[in-house]
Amino acid sequence: MTDSKYFTTTKKGEIFELKNELNSDKKEKKKEAVKKVIASMTVGKDVSALFPDVVNCMQTDNLELKKLVYLYLMNYAKSQPDMAIMAVNTFVKDCEDTNPLIRALAVRTMGCIRVDKITEYLCEPLRKCLKDEDPYVRKTAAVCVAKLHDINAQLVEDQGFLDQLRELLSDSNPMVVANAVAALSEISDTSPSPAAQMEMNQQTINKLLAALNECTEWGQIFILDALSNYVPKDDREAQSICERVTPRLAHSNAGVVLSAVKVLMKGMEYVGMESEFVTTLQKKLAPPLVTLLSSEPEVQYVALRNINLIVQKRPDILKHEMKVFFVKYNDPIYVKLEKLDIMIRLATQENIAQVLAELKEYATEVDVDFVRKSVRAIGRCAIKVEQAAERCVSTLLDLIQTKVNYVVQEAIVVIKDIFRKYPNKYESIISTLCENLESLDEPDARASMIWIVGEYAERIDNADELLESFLEGFHDESTQVQLQLLTAIVKLFLKKPTETQELVQQVLSLATQDSDNPDLRDRGYIYWRLLSTDPAAAKEVVLAEKPLISSETDRLEPTLLDELICYIASLASVYHKPPSAFVEGQALVVRKTQLPVRSASGEPGATGATESPVPQQAQPVQQQQSVIPSHDTAMGDLLGDLLSMDLNPPQQQMSMTPAPQQDMGGMDLLGGGLDSLLGGPSPVAGMPASQASMGGGLGDILGLGISSTTYVPPKQVWLPAPKAKGLEVSGTFSIRQNVRYMDLTLKNNAMAPMGDFAIQFNKNSFGLSPASALQVPSPLSPGQTADVTLPLGTNGPVQKMDPLMNLQVAMKNNIDVFYFSCLIPIHLLFTEDGQMDRKVFLATWKDIPDSNEVQKEIANPNQLDPKGISDKLQQSFIFTIAQRNVDGRDMLYQSLKLTNGIWVLAELKIQPRSPTMTLSLKTRALDVIPQVQQAYELIIANM
Amino acid sequence: MIHSLFMINSAGDIFMEKHWKSVISRSVCDYFFEEQQKANSPEDVNPVISTPHHYLIHIYRENIYFVAVCTTEVPPLFVIEFLHRVVDTFTDYFGDGGESAIKDNYVIVYELLEEMLDNGFPLATESNILKELIKPPNILRTVVNTVTGSSNLADTLPTGQLSNVPWRRAGVKYTNNEAYFDVIEEIDAIIDKQGSTVFADIQGVIDCCVKLSGMPDLTLSFMNPRILDDVSFHPCVRFKRWEAERVLSFVPPDGNFRLISYHVGSQNMVAIPVYVKPNISFREGGGRFDVTVGPKQTMGKMVESVVITCAMPKVVLNMNLTPTQGTYTFDPVAKVLTWDVGKINPQKLPNLRGNISLQSGSPPPESNPAISVQFKIQQMAVSGLKVNRLDMYGEVSKSSPKKSFTFEKYKPFKGVKYLTKAGNFQVRT
Repeated sequence: MTDSKYFTTTKKGEIFELKNELNSDKKEKKKEAVKKVIASMTVGKDVSALFPDVVNCMQTDNLELKKLVYLYLMNYAKSQPDMAIMAVNTFVKDCEDTNPLIRALAVRTMGCIRVDKITEYLCEPLRKCLKDEDPYVRKTAAVCVAKLHDINAQLVEDQGFLDQLRELLSDSNPMVVANAVAALSEISDTSPSPAAQMEMNQQTINKLLAALNECTEWGQIFILDALSNYVPKDDREAQSICERVTPRLAHSNAGVVLSAVKVLMKGMEYVGMESEFVTTLQKKLAPPLVTLLSSEPEVQYVALRNINLIVQKRPDILKHEMKVFFVKYNDPIYVKLEKLDIMIRLATQENIAQVLAELKEYATEVDVDFVRKSVRAIGRCAIKVEQAAERCVSTLLDLIQTKVNYVVQEAIVVIKDIFRKYPNKYESIISTLCENLESLDEPDARASMIWIVGEYAERIDNADELLESFLEGFHDESTQVQLQLLTAIVKLFLKKPTETQELVQQVLSLATQDSDNPDLRDRGYIYWRLLSTDPAAAKEVVLAEKPLISSETDRLEPTLLDELICYIASLASVYHKPPSAFVEGQALVVRKTQLPVRSASGEPGATGATESPVPQQAQPVQQQQSVIPSHDTAMGDLLGDLLSMDLNPPQQQMSMTPAPQQDMGGMDLLGGGLDSLLGGPSPVAGMPASQASMGGGLGDILGLGISSTTYVPPKQVWLPAPKAKGLEVSGTFSIRQNVRYMDLTLKNNAMAPMGDFAIQFNKNSFGLSPASALQVPSPLSPGQTADVTLPLGTNGPVQKMDPLMNLQVAMKNNIDVFYFSCLIPIHLLFTEDGQMDRKVFLATWKDIPDSNEVQKEIANPNQLDPKGISDKLQQSFIFTIAQRNVDGRDMLYQSLKLTNGIWVLAELKIQPRSPTMTLSLKTRALDVIPQVQQAYELIIANM
Repeated sequence: MIHSLFMINSAGDIFMEKHWKSVISRSVCDYFFEEQQKANSPEDVNPVISTPHHYLIHIYRENIYFVAVCTTEVPPLFVIEFLHRVVDTFTDYFGDGGESAIKDNYVIVYELLEEMLDNGFPLATESNILKELIKPPNILRTVVNTVTGSSNLADTLPTGQLSNVPWRRAGVKYTNNEAYFDVIEEIDAIIDKQGSTVFADIQGVIDCCVKLSGMPDLTLSFMNPRILDDVSFHPCVRFKRWEAERVLSFVPPDGNFRLISYHVGSQNMVAIPVYVKPNISFREGGGRFDVTVGPKQTMGKMVESVVITCAMPKVVLNMNLTPTQGTYTFDPVAKVLTWDVGKINPQKLPNLRGNISLQSGSPPPESNPAISVQFKIQQMAVSGLKVNRLDMYGEVSKSSPKKSFTFEKYKPFKGVKYLTKAGNFQVRT
């Protein structure tokens, strides 16, 4: 008798029949009926119509029947919430059963009924179960908290379940601890609220380490993951954690092993680099990693993705284990490709012979993707290990001799790279390559071959014939090939001008007149003009020395690698992307941990004791850090501007004489954009201190130094390094001597020097724009930091932004263009001529309708007197026009003006010895009011 | 954590689904099917697939894809290990974990899945605990159940879940106490055309069958524990004792279990017990096939159960061969040649030779196929590992009414068996 009988129904009216059976008096028949219902449910049939009948079966002593009904309830309670309430009583009763198994079962099932109405009935039983005398019940209840949090997070926080959960971290039973850890980490993963975060201190860590040895394998995974989030105080603590975690490497569960590896990899970062401890630990890491590779292929895949990170971070660990990465013919393809990647990373001078022999073997396999990657790998070996280059080249030649089409094509693509890495070394093989010209049908391979012919035109006797043969089908080629062909023929012409004049004219006319592709046309025009005006310059441009290609092209950026090392064993390590890039709801939490400490005034109204009558516009502070996504449509204008930056050619000495031909309109593309970017020495950068007297009047009155007159907020990170290939930009805004500046700190976290910096602003609400070019000491070498000031003008293009003060910035260096955005503090835009005449003030105040008046309580934490406040505000160009005393309260009347001519009038009521005061603002442009309020608070709190 | 599980058979039917949290529509599997279409063979589907809102992690076993759906960042190995454990449990319960076994035992499968995970957290995965909760099906019980109306579900508490040794249930009693240990080693190797070893290592395990009453405490020691430098233990092994004294000290689970698995790395020399002399050549329209197998370093032991398989290129139409011993088959659909050799007699080496016929008109294949070899050698552990002695402590008959609380030495039957076999043993030709 098997269960398959439940799936065969011969009669019609199945539901009706089941209903009858469920209401049968016979226990046995009831149970059979419930089984049939469950079976239908599992294959996706809708049997929710039977809900009341099934729930009726719940009141039973038979454990099996009870379980089956529970199963059904969990599935359908959501669609029948009103009915589900009928079941609540039974649950509450079961939670007080004498049998702990029943108690646990009840609390477990309760949490699975995802109906809002029910949750409140569950709190009391759950609270009891969390304190149950039986550990089995406690550990089940711990998981139930996570379930409840998933349904109603607020309820869980209000009811104090999180605290109870944290108490369970020090439970005497290790399984309870493990489940509490698992529940807490799941809650903190999904909830942004700080209450849900798991705090780790030395005590909890010790508890966790103690529980680690005795709990189940799954519990060990959760505990290890929680441990990896802890930052040890000093290297001694790190060392002791590592020591206690090391035995987990010998566990038979691969998940435990890899999570332990994560804790150890992170731990090693906190122990000194050179210490002996690290060396021995590294030795211990190799065997378990190798063992993972003899498990199931799925485990191997995850292990290999992680090993890929580990060998980049600490190549020493696996340097002797090359052989375990050799590919077996029956490995799944995803394992093969990963193994190949790691083989190249581990390739060194000592083992290169072995690696090459293997790669050659793979190149004869059946799977085309794998063969291609193997051939590419040979090329990468040649570039990585110089001593082996010759061997690699001869291996590639052998492969070309096989005449297998895709092998030959792939080989030619990598040989091109080898030529670039080792110029003038292996050109003797060109003739062999040329033999295979006809068989090339992929654009990559054709383009590579054409490049080779063009680059070495002087050594190939029939270079012109070869290139001419490509020219016949010029319009059918892909763009890549067309561009390459154009350049190659120009090279050929410059090398052998006498014989190839006709050819070059042919290709130039093909490119400029008959092509629809703007890239191709523009390149054609540029060559044409160069050749016709100054052949010497053309030679310099076209035949210029090429920059070397780097030896390891696909390494991860070090900052990203460091981040990913923290995520070993998680999904992030499989994708090689930080979790914020792909996990939903995670972004918020992660960003919070990255944010630097903000000034206290960052949260408006937080200090105010009374309720504000005006609804505050909560400032999206986090926006300051957000990097503008490149697909943002609003970025169109900015991108347009940047296009001209990208066109900025490296050869600046290129003479740009006006075009003799008439049809050269396209050339203007290069003109305008360049001028603004390459602009001569900045007139403002580093303004000498002697000029201070100019704006000194103000400074003298206030008895302040010249360094800073207005309030300058602390620098914030605007562009974190991982988002900008290692460039970290932090900055703030300031006003000095009536000039507005953007103060930037650029830090190079990458491995290569950076240079060619430039900056552009998008249109913004107040027309801010750079007044001069960005002057960065170039090159900025790795690890170096540069402080830069960028004077700002206010006459740029205007477009209202949302939020109002948002400024989108593009920064370019020799690596890429990066986008970020920041918020402009509004007091940056207050002008020094913001003092209104008294009469005008009165008239204006009356003129502006009362509906435009906005009142707000702001803090006066230092309880300054009116004089102090007005002095302070004046430094930031908020001018006091009049002052009077009404009923013991001081009233200050003030005015300020923004760069775009908006006036804002203010009335400030100051109660002596009160921590708050009332600010009423009146202006015609209501949009700026929240910002001005914030500026008041900032200035008063910070100076 | 694990949100849902879908089981998909080779025809692409989702024949079972289980949700531990809210229900996720089966349409999420479309992402899996998309990925599956890209793969050349069923094994080649990437095990970790990301979709806009879910992560699909799957394993492929018994011709079924077990696809787990997760919504948050989880350790993928946790999911993969868990899925394998699920299939292991099915195999343990039903004899095999295939589709028909699952369908035949639907209710038990559902109950098992319910017990193994709670809200995505593993609950009970140890086989002895599960068996206490849900009795495995057997013919006798099904007959009894139908007659008496009782069920597979036990009414007792899973006591093991609360104890410090969750892997062992209390109150075990046997009339015949016995403890058997099998040291099984598999050789993974790649041998090149010339017969030299490209790569070889040994994966070893010690599988035990321990049937002892009460709470026994065992100690297993080795003649040469130095061989074991890369080991993974069953949770019952006391790691401290191993570190300090290099002996395995443990309270064993009841019945069959894997005590340790170990890996002898490629740095050590691995003795290769067989050699294969392949001679395969292709020309226009056909080719020659000639393979000889022989013993190499066997320490005087007989090489048995030798099976040679060779996945021939797609263009091979048929093969016409003559073996000197054993039988051969050629599957013309899968293009796989299997030669069941049997024992190797060193005096008369087995040989298989003959002609290959290719599809007319297609060019001969570029490369020769690799050969994979299976064999067994009894009473030998190729790494040289040897068990020294087994000691047992603990009480036997605590429950006997006459002499309660007396301690008695075990007098069990005990034994150690050694076996070496081929794991992933490949010969390139």
